[in-house]
Amino acid sequence: MIEISKAISGYLILQGAVLCFIASIGVLRLPDVYTRNHAASKGATLGVMSLLLGVFLYFLMVEGHFNSRVLLGIAFVFLTSPVAGHLIMRAAYNTKVPLWENSVQNDLKKKNAGDPERTSHPRIRDK
Amino acid sequence: MFDIVMRISLLILAVSTLMYFYRLVKGPTVPDRVVALDAIGINLIGMTAVISVVLKTNSFLEVILLLGILAFIGTVAFSKFLEKGEIIENDRNQ
Repeated sequence: MIEISKAISGYLILQGAVLCFIASIGVLRLPDVYTRNHAASKGATLGVMSLLLGVFLYFLMVEGHFNSRVLLGIAFVFLTSPVAGHLIMRAAYNTKVPLWENSVQNDLKKKNAGDPERTSHPRIRDK
Repeated sequence: MFDIVMRISLLILAVSTLMYFYRLVKGPTVPDRVVALDAIGINLIGMTAVISVVLKTNSFLEVILLLGILAFIGTVAFSKFLEKGEIIENDRNQ
């Protein structure tokens, strides 16, 4: 039983580490900031969630210690990491960081064309 | 076997942090660096978790939650600063 638990949590931890590594390869090699954030926020979030699940199962089944903080950490990373990625990419777009030159679609550009007073909150502007 | 897997995962996470560090130094724009710093914070959470398994102690598990909260607050503050030029707005002073 102990060996099976160790095998399961070891697999989850190794999978999480490899996912974090793949995310960092994406951050290193992708062409512009939006695609880099696409790699970093998705890959690193899923990787660290899998890793923390493995650690939680290790402490639960091998050491017999139920640690609720790791579960809270999983929930918190799952909630906040995509939000942080969204915020920093919105800031990047509003400070006019250029897209990759081979990008074919930019929906926000068409929507905001001919509007010099473009703000970051279109809903406030409509009032 | 389990111990070797833990050490291999720690090595993989360290190499991945090093690659983020390259993007942090070289990154052509400021949001690149913020993305790299946020991802380094996320990686640090994973390294703390793996180290607490290697050392067989549960004293470090509070650090995981704390690092998650701090990385999120730092990224939100940086993006507000980039977008609006200030972090805490005070409208009543106008």
